[in-house]
Amino acid sequence: MNGYVALSNWDLAAAAVLLILNAALSLWLQLGLARQLLIAGLRMTIQLLLVGLVLKFLFAVVSPWLTGAAMLFMAAVAGYEVMARQTHGLRGLWRYGLGFSTMMAAAGMVTLAALTVQIQPDPWYDPRYAIPLFGMILGNAMTGIALGLNTLTETVTREKIAIEAQLLLGADRWHAMRPFTRKALTSGFMPIINAMAATGIVSLPGMMTGQILAGVEPTQAVRYQLLIMFLIGGATGLGVLLAVLGGVWRLSDDRHRLRLDRLL
Amino acid sequence: MTIPAARDTSEYTNGAAPPPLLLVEGLGHGHLGPVGLTLAQGECLALHGPSGAGKSVLLRAIVDLDPNQGRVSLAGTHRDATPAPEWRRRVAYLPAEAGWWTPLVRDHFTDPAAATPLLDALGLNPDSLAWPVARLSTGERQRLGLARCLLNNPEVLLLDEPTSALDSDNTSRVESLLQDRLVHGIGIILVTHDALQAKRIANRVVELRGGRLVTADPSQP
Repeated sequence: MNGYVALSNWDLAAAAVLLILNAALSLWLQLGLARQLLIAGLRMTIQLLLVGLVLKFLFAVVSPWLTGAAMLFMAAVAGYEVMARQTHGLRGLWRYGLGFSTMMAAAGMVTLAALTVQIQPDPWYDPRYAIPLFGMILGNAMTGIALGLNTLTETVTREKIAIEAQLLLGADRWHAMRPFTRKALTSGFMPIINAMAATGIVSLPGMMTGQILAGVEPTQAVRYQLLIMFLIGGATGLGVLLAVLGGVWRLSDDRHRLRLDRLL
Repeated sequence: MTIPAARDTSEYTNGAAPPPLLLVEGLGHGHLGPVGLTLAQGECLALHGPSGAGKSVLLRAIVDLDPNQGRVSLAGTHRDATPAPEWRRRVAYLPAEAGWWTPLVRDHFTDPAAATPLLDALGLNPDSLAWPVARLSTGERQRLGLARCLLNNPEVLLLDEPTSALDSDNTSRVESLLQDRLVHGIGIILVTHDALQAKRIANRVVELRGGRLVTADPSQP
């Protein structure tokens, strides 16, 4: 089972030549991508090397507090990403807070359930399981929430007249926003629906590929992948729903007005 | 806030005068106001003023579509005592541009069958309900918007240039429909740039200047 091929630095350097080749190609074709490509590649290398060291340390100490702190840090960065992807974000604390809190709630609950019900490592907070699991769930919830909130704020801004027309005819705020809430939810759910539909035929998921390369039985790797996809689907759905409904609530008030003044 | 409320109530209960249909006191939003006005049953008040004077802002504030300060009451019932959706069914505001939220015209009406007599009175094709919104002309949109709004049987109508996109035939159809409703006791505030239209259906003309209401000079229509 555990017969995996360890990689040397030379193996990695040889693979990195491919990226440099791409950069050279971009220079030759004057695409102007060489700089960006190399910086992104360098950033990835440094980030992953550092993460490797951090994970090695966390896995060695197995502290619930340090594990929790690492997860909080991950969610904080993901919250920033959600915020950065909004063209018309909410004003004030909501701008950061809505994405962060809904992501933390959805990813946190689903990770906790998976650790205590399905995977059951000993101890249950073992960072070897908790951190990669939380990371995968968080990353997908982040994409969904960012898309959902961005669609909501863009659509609501564009459809102000249509929303107010309904409010003026006596609709309440949830009813008036419903067509646009649905649109936002759909765009938030789309990546995970597409990923589930394409998985296994168009692409072999990265995690499953990794496990197979590391010597795990394919059928067992598939089981892990399915578990992860269900967890990701659940957390993304929950997170998108919470974030979009929270957004609708914030963009209207108890006198059933559309409050675009709460957008940047 | 509480003192004028108590005085108002005593006035009404003494039977000295019934409360006006619409009473606006100290209404303000941004550069608008404070504005005060009353509207009686069957009364049509024409409101004019240069663009940007805040006419739409005033009408939006009355239906509570923007946060605002002040008191508005309908037949003695204060706005804050009424849930906002119900308030907007009773005091209806028709913006200059009608909004559409689904592709088919029919889906913008709670009871499409009930709309038929109104469509007829407004000179609209009865089949227009089955059309996609994209097929409607600007004038058809404006009249369908009015029909949709009238189907709620509002007690007060706040109209923002309701005939701006209409030819003279359709304008007089709209005007006679409004006059019919006035006879049945609703109150209308009509924003119009057409002095002749104001003369035809309004009992009073006021002007909004610098965010305040001033009574228009009757010698200058």
